[in-house]
Amino acid sequence: MVVDRFDSDGLDRLFAALSDATRRDIVERVLVTEQSVSSLARRYDMSFAAIQKHVAVLERAALVRKQRRGREQIVRGDVDTIREAESVLERYRQLWVDRADRISDLLRDSRVAD
Amino acid sequence: MDTIESTVDRDDRTLTFVTVFEAPPERVWQVWEDPRQLERWWGPPTWPATFTRHEVEPGGESRYHMTGPDGEKAPGWWRTIAVDAPHRYEFEDGFSTDDGEPDTSMPSMHMVITLEADGPTTRMTVVASYASVDDLDKVLGMGMREGMTGALSQVPALLAA
Repeated sequence: MVVDRFDSDGLDRLFAALSDATRRDIVERVLVTEQSVSSLARRYDMSFAAIQKHVAVLERAALVRKQRRGREQIVRGDVDTIREAESVLERYRQLWVDRADRISDLLRDSRVAD
Repeated sequence: MDTIESTVDRDDRTLTFVTVFEAPPERVWQVWEDPRQLERWWGPPTWPATFTRHEVEPGGESRYHMTGPDGEKAPGWWRTIAVDAPHRYEFEDGFSTDDGEPDTSMPSMHMVITLEADGPTTRMTVVASYASVDDLDKVLGMGMREGMTGALSQVPALLAA
Protein backbone atom coordinates (compact mmCIF):
# COMPACT_ATOMS: atom_id res chain seq x y z
CA MET A 1 0.00 0.00 0.00
CA VAL A 2 1.07 3.47 -0.76
CA VAL A 3 0.23 5.17 2.47
CA ASP A 4 1.28 4.15 5.88
CA ARG A 5 -1.32 3.35 8.43
CA PHE A 6 -0.87 6.64 10.24
CA ASP A 7 -1.55 9.13 7.56
CA SER A 8 -4.16 7.28 5.56
CA ASP A 9 -7.09 9.05 7.21
CA GLY A 10 -5.61 12.41 6.37
CA LEU A 11 -4.91 11.16 2.87
CA ASP A 12 -8.49 10.05 2.49
CA ARG A 13 -9.70 13.49 3.48
CA LEU A 14 -7.22 15.02 1.09
CA PHE A 15 -8.39 12.98 -1.87
CA ALA A 16 -12.03 13.53 -1.02
CA ALA A 17 -11.39 17.26 -0.78
CA LEU A 18 -9.72 17.32 -4.19
CA SER A 19 -12.32 15.20 -5.92
CA ASP A 20 -14.52 18.21 -6.66
CA ALA A 21 -13.74 20.56 -9.56
CA THR A 22 -14.77 23.72 -7.71
CA ARG A 23 -12.62 22.81 -4.73
CA ARG A 24 -9.62 22.07 -6.95
CA ASP A 25 -10.08 25.41 -8.58
CA ILE A 26 -10.29 27.17 -5.22
CA VAL A 27 -7.05 25.52 -4.11
CA GLU A 28 -5.27 26.63 -7.26
CA ARG A 29 -6.51 30.19 -6.84
CA VAL A 30 -5.64 30.61 -3.20
CA LEU A 31 -2.20 29.15 -3.75
CA VAL A 32 -1.48 32.04 -6.08
CA THR A 33 -2.95 34.72 -3.87
CA GLU A 34 -5.10 34.81 -0.73
CA GLN A 35 -8.77 35.58 -1.31
CA SER A 36 -11.81 36.29 0.81
CA VAL A 37 -14.70 33.79 0.84
CA SER A 38 -17.00 36.46 -0.57
CA SER A 39 -14.74 37.21 -3.54
CA LEU A 40 -14.52 33.47 -4.24
CA ALA A 41 -18.31 33.24 -4.11
CA ARG A 42 -18.61 35.99 -6.72
CA ARG A 43 -16.21 34.16 -8.98
CA TYR A 44 -18.11 30.86 -9.02
CA ASP A 45 -21.65 32.00 -9.33
CA MET A 46 -22.47 30.10 -6.17
CA SER A 47 -23.94 31.18 -2.89
CA PHE A 48 -21.67 32.38 -0.12
CA ALA A 49 -22.84 29.41 1.97
CA ALA A 50 -21.96 26.89 -0.75
CA ILE A 51 -18.46 28.30 -1.11
CA GLN A 52 -18.07 28.40 2.64
CA LYS A 53 -18.89 24.67 2.73
CA HIS A 54 -16.29 23.94 0.06
CA VAL A 55 -13.72 25.97 1.96
CA ALA A 56 -14.55 24.06 5.17
CA VAL A 57 -13.88 20.74 3.42
CA LEU A 58 -10.56 22.06 2.13
CA GLU A 59 -9.71 23.37 5.57
CA ARG A 60 -10.37 19.98 7.19
CA ALA A 61 -8.01 18.43 4.65
CA ALA A 62 -5.46 21.10 5.60
CA LEU A 63 -5.27 22.25 1.99
CA VAL A 64 -6.19 25.83 2.92
CA ARG A 65 -6.12 28.01 6.01
CA LYS A 66 -8.81 30.51 6.89
CA GLN A 67 -8.29 33.70 8.87
CA ARG A 68 -10.77 36.25 10.00
CA ARG A 69 -9.79 39.78 9.00
CA GLY A 70 -12.36 42.35 10.08
CA ARG A 71 -15.63 41.25 8.47
CA GLU A 72 -13.88 39.12 5.86
CA GLN A 73 -12.73 35.51 5.98
CA ILE A 74 -9.43 35.26 4.14
CA VAL A 75 -8.46 31.92 2.57
CA ARG A 76 -4.95 30.95 1.58
CA GLY A 77 -3.48 27.72 0.23
CA ASP A 78 -1.37 25.51 2.46
CA VAL A 79 1.75 24.79 0.44
CA ASP A 80 3.03 22.21 2.93
CA THR A 81 0.00 19.97 2.47
CA ILE A 82 0.22 20.25 -1.31
CA ARG A 83 3.89 19.31 -1.16
CA GLU A 84 2.99 16.43 1.13
CA ALA A 85 0.43 15.14 -1.37
CA GLU A 86 3.02 15.32 -4.11
CA SER A 87 5.55 13.49 -2.01
CA VAL A 88 3.02 10.70 -1.42
CA LEU A 89 2.82 10.23 -5.19
CA GLU A 90 6.59 10.37 -5.49
CA ARG A 91 6.99 7.76 -2.72
CA TYR A 92 4.57 5.49 -4.54
CA ARG A 93 6.47 5.87 -7.79
CA GLN A 94 9.73 5.05 -5.98
CA LEU A 95 8.11 2.01 -4.38
CA TRP A 96 7.44 0.54 -7.84
CA VAL A 97 10.87 1.48 -9.16
CA ASP A 98 12.36 -0.46 -6.22
CA ARG A 99 10.01 -3.40 -6.75
CA ALA A 100 10.93 -3.58 -10.42
CA ASP A 101 14.61 -3.64 -9.42
CA ARG A 102 13.97 -6.54 -7.08
CA ILE A 103 11.97 -8.43 -9.71
CA SER A 104 14.89 -7.96 -12.11
CA ASP A 105 17.29 -9.38 -9.56
CA LEU A 106 15.00 -12.33 -9.00
CA LEU A 107 14.74 -13.04 -12.73
CA ARG A 108 18.52 -12.77 -13.11
CA ASP A 109 19.11 -15.15 -10.18
CA SER A 110 16.82 -17.73 -11.74
CA ARG A 111 18.56 -17.41 -15.13
CA VAL A 112 21.91 -18.01 -13.44
CA ALA A 113 20.48 -21.03 -11.66
CA ASP A 114 19.19 -22.60 -14.90
CA MET B 1 15.48 -3.70 -16.52
CA ASP B 2 14.21 -0.32 -17.63
CA THR B 3 11.54 1.71 -15.99
CA ILE B 4 10.39 3.48 -19.05
CA GLU B 5 7.35 5.31 -17.88
CA SER B 6 5.56 6.49 -14.80
CA THR B 7 2.55 8.68 -15.28
CA VAL B 8 -0.38 10.12 -13.42
CA ASP B 9 -3.36 10.24 -15.72
CA ARG B 10 -5.91 12.93 -15.26
CA ASP B 11 -8.60 11.40 -17.40
CA ASP B 12 -8.77 7.87 -16.13
CA ARG B 13 -7.62 8.70 -12.61
CA THR B 14 -4.76 6.26 -12.41
CA LEU B 15 -1.08 5.90 -11.71
CA THR B 16 0.76 3.88 -14.32
CA PHE B 17 4.20 2.29 -14.15
CA VAL B 18 5.78 0.55 -17.10
CA THR B 19 8.87 -1.63 -16.84
CA VAL B 20 10.65 -3.92 -19.29
CA PHE B 21 12.17 -7.19 -18.06
CA GLU B 22 14.64 -9.50 -19.78
CA ALA B 23 12.36 -12.53 -19.61
CA PRO B 24 9.24 -13.87 -21.34
CA PRO B 25 5.78 -13.15 -19.85
CA GLU B 26 5.44 -16.77 -18.61
CA ARG B 27 8.51 -16.24 -16.41
CA VAL B 28 7.50 -12.77 -15.15
CA TRP B 29 4.01 -14.14 -14.36
CA GLN B 30 5.58 -16.49 -11.81
CA VAL B 31 6.85 -13.61 -9.68
CA TRP B 32 3.17 -12.70 -9.15
CA GLU B 33 1.66 -16.16 -8.96
CA ASP B 34 4.19 -17.99 -6.78
CA PRO B 35 3.94 -16.64 -3.21
CA ARG B 36 7.56 -17.62 -2.47
CA GLN B 37 8.75 -15.44 -5.38
CA LEU B 38 6.29 -12.68 -4.55
CA GLU B 39 7.74 -12.50 -1.04
CA ARG B 40 11.14 -11.75 -2.46
CA TRP B 41 10.14 -8.43 -3.98
CA TRP B 42 6.77 -7.12 -2.69
CA GLY B 43 8.16 -5.63 0.51
CA PRO B 44 11.30 -3.53 0.84
CA PRO B 45 14.37 -5.37 2.26
CA THR B 46 13.75 -3.74 5.65
CA TRP B 47 10.08 -4.82 5.58
CA PRO B 48 9.99 -8.27 3.95
CA ALA B 49 6.56 -9.69 3.10
CA THR B 50 5.27 -13.12 4.10
CA PHE B 51 2.25 -14.46 2.20
CA THR B 52 0.30 -16.95 4.27
CA ARG B 53 -2.45 -17.31 1.65
CA HIS B 54 -2.39 -16.53 -2.06
CA GLU B 55 -5.25 -17.61 -4.32
CA VAL B 56 -4.73 -16.34 -7.86
CA GLU B 57 -8.23 -16.99 -9.16
CA PRO B 58 -11.32 -14.79 -9.44
CA GLY B 59 -12.64 -14.12 -5.93
CA GLY B 60 -9.47 -15.63 -4.44
CA GLU B 61 -8.07 -14.17 -1.23
CA SER B 62 -4.48 -13.42 -0.28
CA ARG B 63 -3.17 -12.65 3.19
CA TYR B 64 0.25 -11.25 3.89
CA HIS B 65 2.17 -9.29 6.45
CA MET B 66 5.32 -7.25 6.26
CA THR B 67 7.73 -7.51 9.16
CA GLY B 68 9.65 -4.41 10.18
CA PRO B 69 13.16 -4.10 11.60
CA ASP B 70 11.86 -4.18 15.19
CA GLY B 71 9.61 -7.16 14.56
CA GLU B 72 6.46 -5.05 14.14
CA LYS B 73 3.97 -6.45 11.65
CA ALA B 74 1.96 -4.63 8.99
CA PRO B 75 -0.74 -7.01 7.72
CA GLY B 76 -2.43 -6.66 4.34
CA TRP B 77 -4.80 -8.46 1.95
CA TRP B 78 -5.46 -8.90 -1.74
CA ARG B 79 -8.68 -9.99 -3.37
CA THR B 80 -8.30 -11.33 -6.90
CA ILE B 81 -10.82 -9.84 -9.32
CA ALA B 82 -9.72 -11.32 -12.66
CA VAL B 83 -6.88 -13.50 -13.99
CA ASP B 84 -5.71 -14.20 -17.52
CA ALA B 85 -2.37 -16.00 -17.12
CA PRO B 86 0.29 -15.02 -18.11
CA HIS B 87 -0.97 -11.66 -19.32
CA ARG B 88 -3.31 -9.99 -16.89
CA TYR B 89 -3.89 -9.94 -13.15
CA GLU B 90 -6.42 -7.66 -11.50
CA PHE B 91 -6.81 -7.38 -7.73
CA GLU B 92 -7.64 -5.14 -4.79
CA ASP B 93 -4.87 -4.46 -2.25
CA GLY B 94 -5.62 -3.19 1.23
CA PHE B 95 -4.73 -3.08 4.92
CA SER B 96 -5.70 -5.70 7.46
CA THR B 97 -6.42 -5.38 11.14
CA ASP B 98 -4.13 -7.09 13.66
CA ASP B 99 -6.06 -10.34 13.31
CA GLY B 100 -5.00 -10.41 9.64
CA GLU B 101 -8.46 -9.82 8.18
CA PRO B 102 -9.37 -6.90 5.86
CA ASP B 103 -9.78 -3.56 7.61
CA THR B 104 -12.81 -2.05 5.91
CA SER B 105 -12.21 1.34 7.51
CA MET B 106 -9.00 1.77 5.54
CA PRO B 107 -8.55 2.78 1.90
CA SER B 108 -7.52 0.19 -0.67
CA MET B 109 -5.91 0.24 -4.09
CA HIS B 110 -7.28 -1.27 -7.27
CA MET B 111 -4.43 -2.85 -9.27
CA VAL B 112 -4.24 -4.09 -12.84
CA ILE B 113 -1.03 -5.83 -13.93
CA THR B 114 -0.47 -6.44 -17.65
CA LEU B 115 2.40 -8.48 -19.13
CA GLU B 116 3.08 -8.18 -22.87
CA ALA B 117 5.74 -10.03 -24.83
CA ASP B 118 8.07 -7.75 -26.75
CA GLY B 119 10.58 -9.97 -28.57
CA PRO B 120 12.59 -11.70 -25.84
CA THR B 121 11.46 -9.19 -23.21
CA THR B 122 8.28 -8.47 -21.28
CA ARG B 123 6.66 -5.12 -20.83
CA MET B 124 4.97 -4.99 -17.43
CA THR B 125 2.37 -2.29 -16.88
CA VAL B 126 1.09 -1.64 -13.37
CA VAL B 127 -2.01 0.53 -13.19
CA ALA B 128 -3.01 1.57 -9.70
CA SER B 129 -6.07 3.52 -8.73
CA TYR B 130 -7.40 4.51 -5.38
CA ALA B 131 -10.65 3.17 -4.03
CA SER B 132 -11.53 4.90 -0.80
CA VAL B 133 -13.62 3.36 1.93
CA ASP B 134 -16.46 5.61 0.86
CA ASP B 135 -15.94 4.53 -2.72
CA LEU B 136 -15.49 8.11 -3.77
CA ASP B 137 -15.36 7.16 -7.39
CA LYS B 138 -18.96 6.04 -7.33
CA VAL B 139 -20.23 8.69 -5.01
CA LEU B 140 -18.65 11.63 -6.74
CA GLY B 141 -18.26 10.21 -10.21
CA MET B 142 -14.55 10.88 -10.16
CA GLY B 143 -11.58 9.72 -8.19
CA MET B 144 -8.55 10.90 -6.41
CA ARG B 145 -6.15 10.78 -9.30
CA GLU B 146 -8.08 13.34 -11.23
CA GLY B 147 -8.35 15.34 -8.05
CA MET B 148 -4.70 15.05 -7.31
CA THR B 149 -3.47 15.89 -10.74
CA GLY B 150 -6.08 18.53 -11.32
CA ALA B 151 -5.10 20.45 -8.26
CA LEU B 152 -1.46 19.59 -8.18
CA SER B 153 -0.32 19.67 -11.77
CA GLN B 154 0.38 23.37 -11.64
CA VAL B 155 1.81 23.47 -8.16
CA PRO B 156 5.51 23.22 -9.06
CA ALA B 157 5.15 26.22 -11.35
CA LEU B 158 3.29 28.13 -8.65
CA LEU B 159 5.92 27.38 -6.07
CA ALA B 160 8.67 28.45 -8.41
CA ALA B 161 6.92 31.75 -9.15
